[in-house]
Amino acid sequence: MEEHLVDWSRAQFALTALYHWLFVPLTLGLGFIVAIMETIYVKTGSEFWKKTTKFWMGLFAINFAIGVATGIIMEFEFGTNWANYSWFVGDIFGAPLAIEGILAFFMESTFFAVMFFGWNKVGKKFHLLSTWLVAIGSNLSALWILVANGWMQYPVGMRFNPDTVRNEMLDFWQVLLSPVAVSKFLHTIGSGFVMASLFVVGVSAWYLLKNRDIKFAKNSMLVGATFGLVTSLFLVLSGDEAAHQMAHKQPVKLAAMEGLYEGEHGAGLVVFGVLNPNKTVANDEHEFLFDIEVPYILSILGYHELNAYVPGLKDLVYGNKEQGIMSVEEKMAKGKIAIASLEAYKEAKKAEDAQKAHNARVLLEENMPYFGYGHIKAPEDVVPPVETTFYAFHIMVYLGGWFLTLFALVLFLLTKKDILEYRLVLWAALWSIPLGYIAGEAGWIVAEVGRQPWAIQDLMPVGIAATHISSTSVMISFALFAVLFTTLLIAEIKIMTTQIKIGPEGGH
Amino acid sequence: MVSIKKIYMFYIDGFKNMKLGKTLWKIIFIKLFIILVILKYFVHDTNFKTEYKTDIEKSNFVYENLKGK
Repeated sequence: MEEHLVDWSRAQFALTALYHWLFVPLTLGLGFIVAIMETIYVKTGSEFWKKTTKFWMGLFAINFAIGVATGIIMEFEFGTNWANYSWFVGDIFGAPLAIEGILAFFMESTFFAVMFFGWNKVGKKFHLLSTWLVAIGSNLSALWILVANGWMQYPVGMRFNPDTVRNEMLDFWQVLLSPVAVSKFLHTIGSGFVMASLFVVGVSAWYLLKNRDIKFAKNSMLVGATFGLVTSLFLVLSGDEAAHQMAHKQPVKLAAMEGLYEGEHGAGLVVFGVLNPNKTVANDEHEFLFDIEVPYILSILGYHELNAYVPGLKDLVYGNKEQGIMSVEEKMAKGKIAIASLEAYKEAKKAEDAQKAHNARVLLEENMPYFGYGHIKAPEDVVPPVETTFYAFHIMVYLGGWFLTLFALVLFLLTKKDILEYRLVLWAALWSIPLGYIAGEAGWIVAEVGRQPWAIQDLMPVGIAATHISSTSVMISFALFAVLFTTLLIAEIKIMTTQIKIGPEGGH
Repeated sequence: MVSIKKIYMFYIDGFKNMKLGKTLWKIIFIKLFIILVILKYFVHDTNFKTEYKTDIEKSNFVYENLKGK
């Protein structure tokens, strides 16, 4: 497969996914913030909270309407650009996506109508229940998508069937409750909650800077900052669990995130670093031009032990017998055996030689965990782009730290001081809205770039997953998607800012 | 029958009284038309399902790509 075509197919999928993720996080978090506001309204009976709820619900609707269905394009891309992949994953990917469509989407859309049309038509409590169910439904949609993504990062609960050349689900619960899928789900929705909190705090800050709708802005900010602080702490915990899972299941990604080439006991976490652009896994140059490291932290994060050995990229590529780490070359040999066994099995079946088919299948199953390595050309090819992964990870962490500080500061100023006097903080809150999106996208870059070259970890590299089609057609559709998504984004920003300018007193 | 009429009227009233919602629905319909008609039938018109009709054809195609070259 020509690299040019694979790169364009990857770029197209990345573009679609990154744009899709511009719309999703606000829906995930704002649904809950709106539900909390409406709960206050139902508890207090205050018309002020009803108006506040309706305003933020309007912004939720704009984001939902613009973002809905943008994910469908990715499903088209599976069939066109990633045919080998979409067949090979079999029903593992299909089942969660089907459940997402049937259960979560219908739940979401049914109660969505009650949420918007039901004011003064249904009881307060039923309306509130609908709002909560929309919020839960949105997050349930995300669950199934993230379970499918988690399986790609850590394929479990299936068995490869050489007759159909696809994976068949053996244990649905193993797929659903895979530790990678669970930690991915929690960390991802957590980032959506923080994003939505930043949005509420930032928009409220704008009103305060404009010196209008003060009571509304301060109360909205209080709910947003409280939700943001709690979910930021949750994000730290779920991030810790994600790192722990990664250390065991995707150690190459963890090493790339930290620019760790040489494994070590009591490995430190690079707080700040500038990578040496000449460094490769094959040379002995220093990893960093400059770095500040906190000792032991990476060992604690990855293995929950102060002095645990964290393998570096060199260990993971060339092997480390002392630490029991197999080299990629050995894995490539096993992968080649798996592929040869698949061919031998097919030939034996054609020749109706049951014994040969049985022997080939046994050998295939023995070596199946390394199947993808059979397509790898050189051991160094399993190293993902270290610079992109490293910098994206550090940007995400810095911004996460900033958001936590911002929420705490805003809460302090709201409750103990007059926040109106702290205009710098209000400006910082407003400009933190785009930073939230950058952090979320950086997180996805770490998750997806950091696991290259794999479409399915260890089983299928992207070069094999892609379909052999004309690269010109991929480039044309890339441009079309870019235009479509940019138009949607402009529409969202325009409608959203118009509604924000109208304010809580305006119509919905 | 009464409850079906009630549900029907609930939606009709809801749609009639929309302000911003009307613009949003227009955007949704235009977007769905682009995605489900233009992209599906003109950009992604040739895909795995249209090229290979049966499961055997599909598995043979993927097998050829998976096996050693």
